[in-house]
Amino acid sequence: MADDKFTAIIIGAGPAGSAAAYLLAREGLDVLLIERGETPGCKNMFGGRMYSHALNRIIPEFWKEAPVERPVVQESITFMTGDRSVSLNCQDENWAQPPYHSFTLLRAEFDAWLAGKAEEAGAMLACGIRVDDVLMDEGRVVGVRAGEDELLADVVIAADGANSLITEKAGLRKELAPRQVATGVKQVIELPPEVISQRFQLEGNNGAARLFVGACTRGMGGGGFLYTNKSSLSLGLVVNAAELQRNQHKISELIEDFKAHPLIAPLIDGGQVVEYSAHLVPEAGWNMMPRLFGDGILVVGDAAGFVLNLGYLVRGMDLAIASGEAAARTVMEAKARGDFSHQALGIYQEFLRESSVLQDMEFYRQAPGFLESRRLYEVYPQVATSLVAKMFTVEGAPPVHLIGRIMNQIKESPVGLTQLAVDAWKGGRAL
Amino acid sequence: MNIEKLLAIDKFLVDDEAKHITLQKEICTSCQLKPCRFACPAGLYTLKDGEITFDPAGCLECGTCRVICPQKGAINWQYPRGGFGIIYRYG
Repeated sequence: MADDKFTAIIIGAGPAGSAAAYLLAREGLDVLLIERGETPGCKNMFGGRMYSHALNRIIPEFWKEAPVERPVVQESITFMTGDRSVSLNCQDENWAQPPYHSFTLLRAEFDAWLAGKAEEAGAMLACGIRVDDVLMDEGRVVGVRAGEDELLADVVIAADGANSLITEKAGLRKELAPRQVATGVKQVIELPPEVISQRFQLEGNNGAARLFVGACTRGMGGGGFLYTNKSSLSLGLVVNAAELQRNQHKISELIEDFKAHPLIAPLIDGGQVVEYSAHLVPEAGWNMMPRLFGDGILVVGDAAGFVLNLGYLVRGMDLAIASGEAAARTVMEAKARGDFSHQALGIYQEFLRESSVLQDMEFYRQAPGFLESRRLYEVYPQVATSLVAKMFTVEGAPPVHLIGRIMNQIKESPVGLTQLAVDAWKGGRAL
Repeated sequence: MNIEKLLAIDKFLVDDEAKHITLQKEICTSCQLKPCRFACPAGLYTLKDGEITFDPAGCLECGTCRVICPQKGAINWQYPRGGFGIIYRYG
């Protein structure tokens, strides 16, 4: 019996699943990593950037071998209307030095590399197999079913992504509600590397990350993003699914309008679209987390809802990798004790706290609620861009001091000073 | 670029034997809003003679339709069989 039973079966060779598989295989445990795509990464997409800290802890100086695109040295967030925009830009040369703060990357290549590391370490990688269900015995998970095949394991790790059918089937989570997720779409647009560096004012292979709020989503909760790869741009939109359910906007058309906006058009001019992709993003953070563990099962990465969107900063892959590491530590501990019960696997929460995944999720638990306010996408981009545009406008009219301009702008807007103050206070505390 | 052109750029291995998403059309008929017509990022839900039809061939497997469908049980949603469906070359 023990011969044909794995210590761990991991469903999904994304960053969370492959990180867990790599660490467990490195310790000599029998690991089966199952991926429904023909190759790891071929089903996966994201915006475009990974923060380095989590992977650097597992594979020190991973950038020397991993297929990363550009280290990001330039950050910006832009409030935009149809014809105006205001941006906050930040450049930090330290981010271009080891340990590089974050990298843009493309998932087909990167995920295949990380799954390859797991395989090299001794994990069995099985691609092109869809796991249909978990196998249960007396209320505990004992393996997985894929078509006619039944495979047994001491523990199953659900790493099957944002739209995780496995956590639902294992009874760890209810069906997703529209407001808990967003739909992300992306176009990869090829341009010569030197053209990208020139247009974004980047030195050498340095990279840029840009976020956009306002007209790009027609005032719906969400935003736009633009990341520079070596020889392509990752351009896309993320819109809350409840907004897509209510409003009759087609996101595939919104991204075309975004490309035509005067802010974006010159940056992508002459580029060739080589891929269009879409994916769900878990958005509700702390408030949408499933039960993270049960008898014989752990949940990691997007499947666990481990995404942090603060409006000005979006994290997913680093949390996925850190949760994969916490899951691997949990399995090693459980293996040493010979106990894979729900009680024994509970230590997963402590490991998640140690690596700050759970702390961060809990700390920013108010952020998703705050970011649901339509004022952020409809009113404030309008107010901010009009105000700053006036600051820079000279037309021979009577002068007004800054404070007067600000007060006028707020008076003209649909929100009063009180509402603005309340939002500023709430935002300051939530983000 | 319209959605047909965008999807034509992508690489798919279409499963001719099994549809991974099927509709209970009698439930769809009773649905007033039919938000799937707009929300699907691949535009695969279309209204033909008053009836919703879904074309699985260009599916990006995102799951948006599954989440936003207001009618319980109208969409039977699975991932495509192993190896089939969208094949991202960049991601």
